[in-house]
Amino acid sequence: MPTLRELASTIRSKNAGVDHITFDIIFRERANFERVRNAKVLTRESVAALYRMDPERITDFVVFEPANAIKFTIRRDRPSGGPGEHDVFGSQQYAPLMGIEIP
Amino acid sequence: MADSFRIICPTGHLGFTPLEKASFLAGCAEKPDAVIADSGSCDIGPYPLGADGQASPPAWQYHDVEIMLLEARRLGVPMIIGSASDTGTDRGVNQFVEIVREVAKKHKLAPFKLAALYSEQSIDSLRAYLAKGGRIEGLDGRPDATLATLDATSRAVAVMDAEPIRKALLAGAEVVIVGRCSDCAIFAAPLLNRGFGPAISYYAGKLMECASFCCEPYMGKESIMGSITADAVEVTAMHPGQRCTPASLASHAMYERRNPFHEHVASGLVDMTNCRYEQVGPKTTRATGPAFVPAGKTKVKLEGAGKVGERRLAIVGVRDPETIGRIDRAIAWAKDRLNERFGPIGGEYQVYYHLYGRDGVMGPLEPTPPAQPHELGIVVETVCKDGKRAEEICALAARNLFYARLPDVKGTAGAAALMGDEILVGKAGYEWTLNHVMAVDDPESLVRTRFETIDGTN
Repeated sequence: MPTLRELASTIRSKNAGVDHITFDIIFRERANFERVRNAKVLTRESVAALYRMDPERITDFVVFEPANAIKFTIRRDRPSGGPGEHDVFGSQQYAPLMGIEIP
Repeated sequence: MADSFRIICPTGHLGFTPLEKASFLAGCAEKPDAVIADSGSCDIGPYPLGADGQASPPAWQYHDVEIMLLEARRLGVPMIIGSASDTGTDRGVNQFVEIVREVAKKHKLAPFKLAALYSEQSIDSLRAYLAKGGRIEGLDGRPDATLATLDATSRAVAVMDAEPIRKALLAGAEVVIVGRCSDCAIFAAPLLNRGFGPAISYYAGKLMECASFCCEPYMGKESIMGSITADAVEVTAMHPGQRCTPASLASHAMYERRNPFHEHVASGLVDMTNCRYEQVGPKTTRATGPAFVPAGKTKVKLEGAGKVGERRLAIVGVRDPETIGRIDRAIAWAKDRLNERFGPIGGEYQVYYHLYGRDGVMGPLEPTPPAQPHELGIVVETVCKDGKRAEEICALAARNLFYARLPDVKGTAGAAALMGDEILVGKAGYEWTLNHVMAVDDPESLVRTRFETIDGTN
């Protein structure tokens, strides 16, 4: 089975305001986008399980057709950039998504 | 031909790294109607706002303002800069006004009218607002602000929408230096003045605010041109190697935001649910279809940051596989010693061990922390109101990894490698205390506008 890394052209994470991190998975080929969208392996539940977090922390989960994209947003466990911060831009939190297998 | 208004945007964060001049000049050769760029971001963390500092080097801010101002004055069109000097505090606005004065003098620019828009809010004014029964409503699941929230806040700014910028332009300002504002507001202001509706005006700003990030391939700090008509925004890449495509523009519309459909401003929200993107030229994409939903009551966003304490850092490495396998135990032992000596962690001070090589990047979100990495790089971070004490705590927190007592340890001359026996002085620790909105009858009561004529020939 191919992984998300092989099918998506962009997989990224970034702050969305100071209390959230948003994840974008974007496909160059429409067929790959539809394959992932239809496979239903990338869902609110699967993402919560992957990151071992309460599904309630996922505040938004949308399929964004105009950009061939799937997007979700999580609430940070504390605001960005305070003491103890390890990713102030939220820019390296996407890595575990790359290995998701797509039937 | 439909009435159109053209805006050139050379950078998505003025001064953060220097803008690229060639694509900007190429765009200005096409005689745009306005030169606009945003200079602010919350991504840099709470320190610059809280400490009223800046994240961008002054030399690069000067570089960008100089290039933009010279072209705007040559063309005789407005230049608008938003969220001056990273944070949009009064200091940031004054700093950018001073840069404009210096550039005008250096190049002997003919007189022009400048507007400076301030939106910093004193903590006392916010306290007074609460005392009068006002509500400072938490965003993103935060509780409403109380006096304690304000006590913990060092500095706060209100986020303007387009209205005060519109008024400054209508009053004849040719250069507008704006304090903290929505990125899209600086683009929307001249479009609203031209008679376009709020939907297309704010949407144009949303699409254009990050300059070449909405084009492909990926390049920062290159210029883009937006050509706005009553119902469409056409964005063109100005760099010869870049194109604006439906995919690049649509994917930018969802960048750095919780969802791709809604953009909130004080006066309402832009609904992008039905937007369409089509390629209309080799380097140009047209976007159509936004709607604007007016807010029942104007709610102005507040951003605030407060100081937590002084910060110290130490770097420690571990290579012994037996220590690595039991690193949590070693850290627990070190923390016990801190508790004994300095009182409970989380009371008067905070301590964090960042374990690079295991889960230093992702922390608790790391799905697969290796049990046995080859080596560990540990950054020890301490925060305490008193700097000397933060240093003492950091030294003990780091050295106690060196002295960690683990059963049957073979390396009895030190359980960790110290990169150097020094404690690094970090920037002070700040936190975001306000991510809130306040309902106001007159949002412009939060904004102060000052006009000035700048004459570089004098």
